[in-house]
Amino acid sequence: MSNSEHIVNVASPLRSYTKGAGKVRATGNTLTEVLANLEQQFPGMRFRMIDEQNRIREHIRLAVNTEITSDLSSSLKQGDVVHLLCALSGG
Amino acid sequence: MPTLWISTRKGVFSLIGDKKRKKWILQKPQLFGHIIHHVMQDPRDPKKLLLAAKTGHLGPTVYRSNNGGKTWKEAKLPPAFRKANEGEEARAVQRVIWLTPGHAKEKGTWYAGTSPAGLFHTHDHGETWTPVTGFNDHPMRSKWVQFGTPDGEFLHSILIDPRDAKHLYIGISIGGVFESTDSGANWAPLNSGVAMDYAPDSKAEFGHDPHCVVMHPQNPDRLYQQNHCGIYRIDRPSNEWQRIGKNMPKKIGDVGFPIVTKATDPDTAWVIPMDGTSVWPRTSIDGKPAVFRTRNAGKTWKRLDKGLPESQAWLTVLRQAMCADAQSPTGLYFGTTSGEVWASSNEGESWKCIAGHLPEIYAVTFAE
Repeated sequence: MSNSEHIVNVASPLRSYTKGAGKVRATGNTLTEVLANLEQQFPGMRFRMIDEQNRIREHIRLAVNTEITSDLSSSLKQGDVVHLLCALSGG
Repeated sequence: MPTLWISTRKGVFSLIGDKKRKKWILQKPQLFGHIIHHVMQDPRDPKKLLLAAKTGHLGPTVYRSNNGGKTWKEAKLPPAFRKANEGEEARAVQRVIWLTPGHAKEKGTWYAGTSPAGLFHTHDHGETWTPVTGFNDHPMRSKWVQFGTPDGEFLHSILIDPRDAKHLYIGISIGGVFESTDSGANWAPLNSGVAMDYAPDSKAEFGHDPHCVVMHPQNPDRLYQQNHCGIYRIDRPSNEWQRIGKNMPKKIGDVGFPIVTKATDPDTAWVIPMDGTSVWPRTSIDGKPAVFRTRNAGKTWKRLDKGLPESQAWLTVLRQAMCADAQSPTGLYFGTTSGEVWASSNEGESWKCIAGHLPEIYAVTFAE
């Protein structure tokens, strides 16, 4: 099965990896695959969101279209929009 | 030029000094917005520096500079615990707290200490990091580190014996001081003589809270520590720490975070006492900041407060936020959680504020 392609919205704390881009493209049929593809394109980015035990970090959320999900094996279909979110926070 | 690297909650700042260390110019922040825990210069290759960072949201990492701190590049493989086996505690590095350059003969080697307490090393100047399994997977580790500080337990004060690259010490808050003589393959507690007022068994081998441990570069058998429960000195091969903080004035006590030594005199050290009473002040005692110096390995201490605020100054200086240079006379520097940097170019006899209005300061390190 070929990889589906997605728009990924990138929260501002992660944009040092994307040369400032708030919107990038990535491929993959699951969130795990999309994150791996992002890591290939933007080395170092994945570890800032996902820890060494493959858990989403405390102040990071991932969403597909309008649904936040903690399941990295979630299936994605062509055109799904992935959001990399950081908690809104104070000083 | 002399440079002070100021690690803050909102980025790294540097102060560039003149040769006499009298005038300091504050540079614009780098990695602005990042939480910076430590910046260290490589004495084996002074153009190289490492920096420990994270942000409020993102995981911890290490940045490297090959040009004296002009630009920074992230490590390819930052410190990370190995993947946990089924049924094991699944540890993840939350913060890289401490960076120590390896032995002079081991160019490219560095050590990092983390929270949760973990020890990591690199052999390529910080590009890729791997766990020191002798500590991280030590069968006693979970017993040694079972009591964390409010910020979690963490590993700091990684010391390398300049005579023997295999001989290491580490400090763990809370856990104690530990020693390895085989490059970190095995570890043993080294806490005898250190008080542990808060513990049910005050004579236990571990569970102590060293805030900062230093080894004298010219006499590596001489170690000092500023502990939660006092100031200590040990002269190896003795295994018994001596509480030299008992010689501090009674009204001051011997609670604090950092301790630094004079590069050319193992008997000279400086501390900044903090209020250790009641709930959790940890500020200058009675609102009157002072540095205390010993010139005889802790037998006597002298108060040094000329130039520091005389009253109503409730400063907190964290464990990594004081340093000494190797000049003569020794220059001393400390940063406060309220964002001030203070300097003395005469071994603490007088002090001057060289920067203010900075974010919360976690560490101050000197680079040539």
